[in-house]
Amino acid sequence: MTISLDPTNPSSKKLQPTGWLRYFSFSLDHKVIGLQYLICGFIFYLIGGALAGAIRIELTSPLSDFMPREVYNQVLTLHGTIMIFLWIVPVVNGAFGNYLIPFYVGARDMAFPRLNAVAFWLIPPSGLMLISSYFINGAAQSGWTAYPPLSITTPAAGQIIWILSVLLLGGSSIFGGINFIATILKLRRPGLKLMQLPMFCWAMLGTSLLVVISTPVLAGTLILLSFDIVAHTGFFNPNLGGNVIVYQHLFWFYSHPAVYIMVLPAFGLVSEILPVHCRKPLFGYATMVYSIMGIVVLGLIVWAHHMFTSGTPPWMRLFFTIATSFIAVPTGIKFFNWVATLWGGKISLNSAILFSCGFIVNFVLGGITGVALAQVPFDVHVHDTYFVVAHFHYIVYGGSVFVIFSSIYHWFPKFTGKMLNENLGRFHFALTFIGFNLCFAPQHWLGLNGMPRRVAEYDPQFELVNQISSMGALLMALSTLPFLFNVFQSAFQGKDAGDNPWKALTPEWLTSSPPPVENWKGEAPLVIEPYGYGKNNSQQESKITK
Amino acid sequence: MGSSVPKTSAILTLIISISLAVLGVWIAYNIKMLPIEASQNSPVYDELFKVLFIIGTILFIGMVAIVLYSLFQFRRRAGDEGDGIPLEGNISLEIFWTAIPAIVILFVGLYSYDIYDRMGGMSPLMHHENSSNSNPLDQKIWGGIGSDSIESSNTDNSMVLPIELTAMQFAFIFHYPKGDIITGELHVPVGKKVSLKMESKDVIHAFWVPQFRLKQDVIPGQPTVLNFTPTKAGTYPIVCAELCGPYHGGMRSNVIVDELNEYDNWFQQNAKETI
Repeated sequence: MTISLDPTNPSSKKLQPTGWLRYFSFSLDHKVIGLQYLICGFIFYLIGGALAGAIRIELTSPLSDFMPREVYNQVLTLHGTIMIFLWIVPVVNGAFGNYLIPFYVGARDMAFPRLNAVAFWLIPPSGLMLISSYFINGAAQSGWTAYPPLSITTPAAGQIIWILSVLLLGGSSIFGGINFIATILKLRRPGLKLMQLPMFCWAMLGTSLLVVISTPVLAGTLILLSFDIVAHTGFFNPNLGGNVIVYQHLFWFYSHPAVYIMVLPAFGLVSEILPVHCRKPLFGYATMVYSIMGIVVLGLIVWAHHMFTSGTPPWMRLFFTIATSFIAVPTGIKFFNWVATLWGGKISLNSAILFSCGFIVNFVLGGITGVALAQVPFDVHVHDTYFVVAHFHYIVYGGSVFVIFSSIYHWFPKFTGKMLNENLGRFHFALTFIGFNLCFAPQHWLGLNGMPRRVAEYDPQFELVNQISSMGALLMALSTLPFLFNVFQSAFQGKDAGDNPWKALTPEWLTSSPPPVENWKGEAPLVIEPYGYGKNNSQQESKITK
Repeated sequence: MGSSVPKTSAILTLIISISLAVLGVWIAYNIKMLPIEASQNSPVYDELFKVLFIIGTILFIGMVAIVLYSLFQFRRRAGDEGDGIPLEGNISLEIFWTAIPAIVILFVGLYSYDIYDRMGGMSPLMHHENSSNSNPLDQKIWGGIGSDSIESSNTDNSMVLPIELTAMQFAFIFHYPKGDIITGELHVPVGKKVSLKMESKDVIHAFWVPQFRLKQDVIPGQPTVLNFTPTKAGTYPIVCAELCGPYHGGMRSNVIVDELNEYDNWFQQNAKETI
């Protein structure tokens, strides 16, 4: 496996633009691609957030009075699709995976740099296509789940564009997954053993396995759905003898693992951030690795818990209840190990740590409601209600998005060579944490008391709680302002960070900030103890051999 | 951690978290977090909710307390540039916190199986209609829970009220085979087991009565069954819980639970055939 581009070769270097222009080019540098993913994802996050704002404005009153009902369904469909496929999945996998994995395995680039660039450049056009469908003939309006027969009977143009766009994004995700597996398994620096890799590598290995196993199933399903729409086949059309339940099984076979595709990399990132700022080794490395793999295996056999009120026989309900509940065991191990990493450390209370601890708190709540939702008798009341909306926002926003912010505060000095402003960062955290909990905690009550999800109008008794929730959404929207200001201001006028402001031991910090195209001048360092904090310093020096 | 300061803060954290956990238990028993109970299913559901709420509260408060305590206790003091203790793991601790969630999960799983059984989830689904056996579609009926098992053992068909539900964009239509009544609002008597056979004409809908704690999708081409026994007279909302189109939020109806004699009056007034 020596396909990797050799950036030290002057002829290949000449093909690549330098300076800021390279971020708009078909660059093969994994660091450029990583930042392309991050910035592109963040732009889509702002768009998806604006759509969320529109939803919350509509829900401040019980009547459907802010936008037409068809538009409301388009907005909620676009919001879900953008946040999942254009923000969280590309950023936790594409952005941080691409930037960090080659450093962590001691390589100069990913295994397949061209495939890597193709994977990124599939994202902006498919995202633009998805959003522009709104202006053509109305976007898809059947939710991000696109359940037939609704997806077959709503206007076809928007739904077909939605399918094409998700297919392209799924393709991008598969390319990325193959690349990560190949890089982690085949491009490791000689002498570096698997069990010496930083935890993020294991998280990306597990995630990429899920991507490669489950995404093709979604692709196949959506192709069949598009046949039903354009060629009037009857795979999922009950009027032509099709079965709508089969679609749900196929869809969730991908879309439940998709949750782990969004949170496992986040777990990996937190495992990198906590030890650095706590000055302690990651607690329980081996059990962390096993629990990632446990989550991968279990994550593939729990999909039907999304279908407890659908057409499912009792035995199936019981099996998926048990399988789903047991995911809490490996997940619980990870959380206890993180808390044990905090314990006895010397913790810098900076923005990176605050967002990571915010993640732990939010995710524990999301996990508890998740175990409750896994119980069939509990789920039959709250399924498809705001309780579920609250639950999964605690997982994907309180979980993944908090980790994305934590990671930006942690790696911004590496990306740019500049420090972010810590006071603004802590202010950003406070606004985000309060806004997020104000927005989503009350939604548990809404669901328990009878408010279904995906509605533009609701029972007037829920008005006050919905307004509280919308206030939280407003705070969340405002919280992006200090963040954006901080990023732009620090990128141009920030304090110089030096090469390793956190005194971190993982390999990406053992080079200049920002790193050279070839990652290290000279040979890649062999880091066999990426978490060796608190150990004898001279011993430490000898372990990072050149 | 030998000094007296960490001990005080540890004891303080412990006391605060225990009192918060007690508060959580008190809330579970005294604050109404769910709508009123109007079916045989509801008190069973609320018992499960209470247990899950208490376990969840204790776990959540415990985790938050440990995180906050660590952030406070182990914060970096000004001028301290050193590292923490180089603790890489502890096998017995890790076995301990693998076992604890496993035991909790096992308990929750067994308990919710018991709840599910008491709700009637494990009893065979059947729609109590005499002519239904000839219909081949009935062979593949899937669906709901709520065929209360305590009752179903000594139930014969005359004790059960069969009703057919047809869902369409954006309405529920109920048909009473006995009196050939067609209505947009569901009328049922208190204390009588109702068996809903549901099918959709167009897209997937869902039949949800929050006060009954029951929900079942209504699916085109795939009949589903939901059995329940109302216990409290009143008017409760029927809510569509599956995105079904632009007017999904407006797809609502009512279930009117009447005392038996009032229900009989309504039935006599609306029945097309005498029984």
